[in-house]
Amino acid sequence: MSGSSKIHLPGWAPLIVLLAIAGMVALVVLPLAMVFIQALGNGVDGFLEPFSEPDTWSAIKLTLIVAGISVPLNAVFGLAAAWAVTRFQFAGKSLLMALIDLPFSISPVISGLVWVLLFGAQGFFGPALDAMGVKIIFTVTGLVLATVLITLPFVARELIPLMQEQGADEEAAAMTLGAGGWTTFFRVTLPNVKWALLYGVLLCNARAMGEFGAVSVVSGHIRGLTNTLPLHVEILYNEYDFVGAFAVATLLAGLGLLTLLAKSFLEWRFAGEIAATRRH
Amino acid sequence: MSLIVNSVSKAFGRYPALADVSLEARQGEFLALLGPSGSGKTTLLRILAGLEAPDGGAVTFGGEDLLALSARERRVGMVFQHYALFRHMTVARNIAFGLSVRPRATRPSKAEIGRRVGDLLRLVQLEDLETRYPSQLSGGQRQRVALARALAIEPRMLLLDEPFGALDAKVRRDLRRWLRRVHDETGVTTVFVTHDQEEALDLADRVAILKDGRLVQIGEPQAVYNAPADAFIYDFLGGAVRLRGHVAAGVLAIGDWRTPTPDDAPQGGVDAFFRQDQAVINGVEGEGFLAAVKGMAQRGPAIRLDLEALGEPLELLLAAGEVPDFARPGGTVRIAPRQLRLFAAA
Repeated sequence: MSGSSKIHLPGWAPLIVLLAIAGMVALVVLPLAMVFIQALGNGVDGFLEPFSEPDTWSAIKLTLIVAGISVPLNAVFGLAAAWAVTRFQFAGKSLLMALIDLPFSISPVISGLVWVLLFGAQGFFGPALDAMGVKIIFTVTGLVLATVLITLPFVARELIPLMQEQGADEEAAAMTLGAGGWTTFFRVTLPNVKWALLYGVLLCNARAMGEFGAVSVVSGHIRGLTNTLPLHVEILYNEYDFVGAFAVATLLAGLGLLTLLAKSFLEWRFAGEIAATRRH
Repeated sequence: MSLIVNSVSKAFGRYPALADVSLEARQGEFLALLGPSGSGKTTLLRILAGLEAPDGGAVTFGGEDLLALSARERRVGMVFQHYALFRHMTVARNIAFGLSVRPRATRPSKAEIGRRVGDLLRLVQLEDLETRYPSQLSGGQRQRVALARALAIEPRMLLLDEPFGALDAKVRRDLRRWLRRVHDETGVTTVFVTHDQEEALDLADRVAILKDGRLVQIGEPQAVYNAPADAFIYDFLGGAVRLRGHVAAGVLAIGDWRTPTPDDAPQGGVDAFFRQDQAVINGVEGEGFLAAVKGMAQRGPAIRLDLEALGEPLELLLAAGEVPDFARPGGTVRIAPRQLRLFAAA
């Protein structure tokens, strides 16, 4: 149906559509607006105040570092996992699929706690690591591990259905035409999934920067050292600095909106090409 | 430079896909691999292309061991059933792919690649479409691009996996003739997989019939059609009518009809076959087995007669002039097959 054609909704349908819109406004738009309203409660100066503190900047920096490490790692892992799952038959394939989905189904707190149980001072490898002078929990390494685990499914989940649908024929054709493994990957496999990959990376990034639960467990909340943006928001809030908390929260909300905007833009700008990679 | 397949076997898990298949395709020959789905024909083709490895056996081309080469080293052009065109590349770049991925030392210049692509576009009659993307082409056009792409690497052998399987009947017939012309122009040895017996008989120099992973017959189309090696092949080649009969002392009995048989005919219970269009309709006093006429329908230039004989339905496809007036629904006739082939009953 073309966008310009008018759709007549029969019977109760218009009311149901209105209800859905009202629900969306009440549950999504209002809370989101509250973030910005609260943040600007003391005017622009109040809004900017938390950004003059070094702790805020170190939280921003740390969030960027953690996402900057975990997102590329999961992009590579997602590609490799999707390729393995959709191109080969092997023992343990369904187990791998289930493992990829696991972070979706378990509580983020667990995803953080497992690292503490493994590498914490009282953890399984804790004493051994301690003896070698390696610290994982309450460091950036721990934050990255927790974030990688939490965001593990995003890229793979985007790619698997698409690569399954596309099949392996194009890669086989490239090989019979004389292309080697890497050539086939960079000239056939990757271009065919690039939009899904980009979309997966966007979602992965949004979650990596916004993750609270798992990161909270392994962070230790050391200000200026292991505090990411979401944790910083919590600290400010707990210190009754509501305006500061919401001001920092606008960064996270803005990130979410930006991700949504980027996704919509990509879908609009490359609609034809995205459709072509699915259809055949 | 002929292709020789020597006792190749392949199993997927416990399911045997190919069992001890041996055959040869001569230089420049157009060989069809024909069989129902699951007969192993595609597996054999993928082994020739290097996309599957056989469990046992040998494959040589012009004396060279093909199995020792990887798919990319074989220089074998493959055309897939669902085209497998690179969807993010234009037609021209699809065709140029095989040349442009060559190592720098053997890669033709940009101008040379452009010239070759132009030649191939002319060969497949798609000169105007070089800047289109695959999704903007019809099925027939896509398959022609796929063929041009395979021919671009100057393959020593061309492999086609049900290339017309996804196309409609008319396009299919046109492309079939056209493919044969391209083959005759380029002279490249071609192995063609199909489950469509008409396509195989129409197109190929020789037809190899596979069943359950085994080669059951190989020969020229007319020879295979006229002398199928067994009941399965007779039936599979299409338009077959099967009757149960009995042979004793040189006489075949079908119902109350008696007719002499050749000396080498099997004895006892037999399956007697004839083609739907190879029968004469006689009156009840005439020659042939008894059949009741159940229905009649015009089917293109032919007339389809629905009959019942020996308690079983059967169908004849005759030219309008071959159906006498007394053969009307509700009537009884005698059917005399022009040529019967007898196989011992299974």
